[in-house]
Amino acid sequence: MAHSGGDSIGEIPYRPVFVGAMKEELDALLGRYPTKMAALLPTLWMVQRERGWVSEEAMVEVAQVLELTPAYVKGVVTFYTMYHQHPVGRYFIQVCTTSPCGACGAEKVVETLLDKTGCGDLGATSPDGRFTVIEVECLGACGFATPILVNDEFIESVTPEKVPQILSQFK
Amino acid sequence: MADTPMVTLTIEGREVQVPAGTSILEAAKVAGVLVPHYCYHPGLPVAGVCRMCLVEVEKAPKLAPACATAVADGQVVHVHSESSLKARQGVLELLLINHPLDCPICDQAGECELQDYTFREGRAEGRLGPEPKRFNPVEDFGGDVLYVPNRCILCTRCVRFMDEVAQEPVLNVSERGDRAVIGKFEGQDLTHAWASNVVDLCPVGALLSKDFLNKARAWELDRTPSICPNCTQGCNSILETRDNVVVRMRPRSNPDVNQWYLCDEGRLDYKWLSPATRIEAPLVRQADRLSAVDWDVAIRAAATMLGGSRVVALVSPMLSNESLYAASRVVARTGGTGVFRVVTGPEAPLPGVPDLALRTERAANVRGAELLGFRKSATPLDEVRAGDVLLVVGETLTPADAAAVARAGQVIVIASTLVEDARGAAVALPTSTMAEEEGTFTNLRGRVQRYFQATAAPGMSRPAWWILADLLTQLGEPTNFFVAGEVFAALAAAQAEFAGMSYDVLGLKGQVTSGARVAEEAAR
Amino acid sequence: MGYPHKTHPKETPILSKYFGEPQARTLEGWKQRGGYRALQQALGMTPADIVNVVKESGLRGRGGAGFPTGSKWSFMKPGDGKAHYLCVNADESEPGTFKDREIMRWTPHALLEGTAIAAYAIGAEVAYIYIRGEFTEPLRVMEAAVKEAYDAGILGKNAMGSGQRIDVHVHRGAGAYICGEETALMNSLEGRRGNPRIKPPFPAVAGLFGQPTTINNVETLAAVPHILNNGAAWYKALCLSNPKSTGSKLFSVCGNVSRPGNYEVTMGFPFKDFLYDLCGGPLPGRKFKAVIPGGSSVPIQTMEEAEGTLMDYEGFVAKGTMLGSGGVIIFDDSQCMVKHIARFARFYAHESCAQCTQCREGTAWTTKILERIEAGGGTMQDFDTLLELADNMTGKTICVLSDSCAAPVVSGIQKFKHEFEAHITGKRCPYRATAAA
Repeated sequence: MAHSGGDSIGEIPYRPVFVGAMKEELDALLGRYPTKMAALLPTLWMVQRERGWVSEEAMVEVAQVLELTPAYVKGVVTFYTMYHQHPVGRYFIQVCTTSPCGACGAEKVVETLLDKTGCGDLGATSPDGRFTVIEVECLGACGFATPILVNDEFIESVTPEKVPQILSQFK
Repeated sequence: MADTPMVTLTIEGREVQVPAGTSILEAAKVAGVLVPHYCYHPGLPVAGVCRMCLVEVEKAPKLAPACATAVADGQVVHVHSESSLKARQGVLELLLINHPLDCPICDQAGECELQDYTFREGRAEGRLGPEPKRFNPVEDFGGDVLYVPNRCILCTRCVRFMDEVAQEPVLNVSERGDRAVIGKFEGQDLTHAWASNVVDLCPVGALLSKDFLNKARAWELDRTPSICPNCTQGCNSILETRDNVVVRMRPRSNPDVNQWYLCDEGRLDYKWLSPATRIEAPLVRQADRLSAVDWDVAIRAAATMLGGSRVVALVSPMLSNESLYAASRVVARTGGTGVFRVVTGPEAPLPGVPDLALRTERAANVRGAELLGFRKSATPLDEVRAGDVLLVVGETLTPADAAAVARAGQVIVIASTLVEDARGAAVALPTSTMAEEEGTFTNLRGRVQRYFQATAAPGMSRPAWWILADLLTQLGEPTNFFVAGEVFAALAAAQAEFAGMSYDVLGLKGQVTSGARVAEEAAR
Repeated sequence: MGYPHKTHPKETPILSKYFGEPQARTLEGWKQRGGYRALQQALGMTPADIVNVVKESGLRGRGGAGFPTGSKWSFMKPGDGKAHYLCVNADESEPGTFKDREIMRWTPHALLEGTAIAAYAIGAEVAYIYIRGEFTEPLRVMEAAVKEAYDAGILGKNAMGSGQRIDVHVHRGAGAYICGEETALMNSLEGRRGNPRIKPPFPAVAGLFGQPTTINNVETLAAVPHILNNGAAWYKALCLSNPKSTGSKLFSVCGNVSRPGNYEVTMGFPFKDFLYDLCGGPLPGRKFKAVIPGGSSVPIQTMEEAEGTLMDYEGFVAKGTMLGSGGVIIFDDSQCMVKHIARFARFYAHESCAQCTQCREGTAWTTKILERIEAGGGTMQDFDTLLELADNMTGKTICVLSDSCAAPVVSGIQKFKHEFEAHITGKRCPYRATAAA
């Protein structure tokens, strides 16, 4: 999914995430749990869905709506690897390189992805802003090596040969 | 509490009885055995993460964390067995993997628990290969606190203090694995009124006081039990001195007053205890200028002034009970009145501890002054009528006092420093600061607590009670006090509220006055 | 098994029977396959009776520890006036394991049905299914199934018209292996860092939100409807030799093998047949070298050990390892064991929650030493250091992540020491085609 911005860069002020329909979704979410804090992970997911990443300003807003402190929220955000603390490419590609996939050639898949996306380095965004590629630990599809996750799309059995065709689906 | 069943167990061969629910670590303290630990602190929720306190419990399959394991009847615990020692050596080795060996430039050196336990029990040689150590830059946490992440052992005492005791969660653990550090949010600093306690709680040199930074080596310091003089709470403290100068004030544990804590304002306001400019000799006005004279000359001069006139005694609520008692007798002897004023500021509680706050009244002995007959007033010098003698004891005159000072026939100042607005005094008598004497304060709950002499008073200066006692003698009411304890004994004999008290009875934790005791019991 | 292979004749397809059939995903399709009969039946029984049936079946936890499920449920005391919770552990993150993923992808209602039965049996009105953040497809499928079940009145204030409230919510993780540890999962669900908690208190006393809580693995719960439908005796009879391990078990197979995927066999199945028959043996021209049979946290087996193993809880223990999560990782003779052991250590170092000293520092140090050996910079002293470090990391921390990092190191050095020595003496990895000059 493409992120729509909204986080203050330079002089542009921060636009709150939890207004209108998002606020309603949050309120419905809060009904599932006996504490507001329990909604923290899903609330952060909502922020990332809307903005593409979780900025410090967004952490302040999340802290406010869930009655937490920003420092607390940041401690949680930094624990979990899937929340982006920096803007990333339109398509964020996670490649499993844990041992079982490593034994089946995951390293070559990573190399090919870095090459074909133009990202060059792990964690770097391609010059056209389209892709960011990172290595991740076990994606839980070890029998279908090598699995990759492109934003929310899970793709199994990726080989270096399949990479160009896969990338062509993500404009 | 009386119903809590007792549990009997054996720790290092010593049998102890403790209430059920006690941790092995606390039970070991009762047995006189220290179980080495980092993350455990009696004032904080148990984290059980440093794993330093692993002990061998007979018949248990694994080593048990002493901080998080409750005692059980018949338990046999070994703290110094081979397996627990080996486990501690393992923890120490791992804590040093990424810890810089920068003890020579670390403020914590000499009072560092990582250093101490490594010295006592650590491996003789390191096994770290060519791998570089983790590096993170020093961070200013705001307030008086610096964070040196490279030295941090992630015990999380600071985080738990801010979460549970200060109840202002501004610290966190960020990241995970060996990348983890203590973090805070940009723009939200450690500005809580009690935040500096994290520096004391830190068992290593990861959290440092900016005020104390690079000031002294821990082993150069002399430590004296004291009472923080900076508000009416009466927090128990330790004055740390080097070369006769107070360089740091830290909390001293007293469960009835301040548990383990001291507020930032209190602890950082210690420099006046070793002032740079002092009166070092008694001064008497001769030919329009103050000249140094011997004590007996000065006392005679002051007594002569006091003898004939009405006396208004402006005393400081920072004075000891002993000095205030002596002042009250001077007032009684000469006829007149005793008054005082108190500097105030916003109250700042420590939410996690009942009845603990930086109090509005920023002076140690407001209660003592009241009990000894001094009247509190915002404008105490309104008492001064033309021709009165103004006796200023320990209090600082300001430009706002000029009219009253002018109204008084004579001004006698008993002080450690002669401020500009007191320079018109006829007699100025040098006193010690509270760091330079021993005495007692009465806190806002009526607890009378001792403080001890930490530094030597300069020149000819003396405790105020001594000067006032000499004045009394000169005024025809002979006194025979040689040490502060004798003044306190006389006070206890004369004042019902202090009945039965003595320095021996007060000890290091103090005792509440009879009135406060009645009030406490009524509250129960 | 249906997906991606046809079911092998030697499999016992119970949980995996409908893998690969998209119709089984829907409520309608699931009902046509006998779905929700067990829940209907359960809601007419007393919770204690359900617990007894599960106890009698011999079902044990499929997440790794193998604790008897009925006993676990019996720790919960319905009617104690407290809110009870059920947590469903769908944080399948153990390298080599991907069975719960398939259960959720293909038979979401099997999990929901088992969840609802378990919730009722332990007196919980609310259950949370905690799915790891990377499982985007299982998440979508489970959410759709939950919606269907609510719309049909199977879940909600009056589950299947029984008057019983059973709410089930899907909760998404966000990338943390350790959240598969039960108390870490609870912390994560509460909106905290996924730090494991000190036990006691155990979850049945004070778990999620401080209330009595039971936590079960996806595969465990998915088996429950079958047990109620067919009876405890039927399940107990699914057993080839050892009455302590009953039922069918999904094994995930990955690594250097002809037919990776999920296979469901009866407990006690011979591992040799499993590896060579069901999974098709090694890739052409290759030979198996080592197997990690229960996910990356269990000791490595040589082929000699593996080929003599019976696939159940006790069978794996008898051969020096554990059944664990049932994730079978196979390495053939083209693979460098030092490299893979180092890579596993790196995994644990990445995933350590940072609480316990031995884990936070030990996993990272172990990784550094192993990677140095792999790169040709090792010394013979490194063996002592690694083994002593592993001992330091075993049995001394809040959870077993640290132990899990140590297990493959110890077994790797024991069983493949010659490969380590070849790296040290040759000052390079003998498996690298292009060695540094």
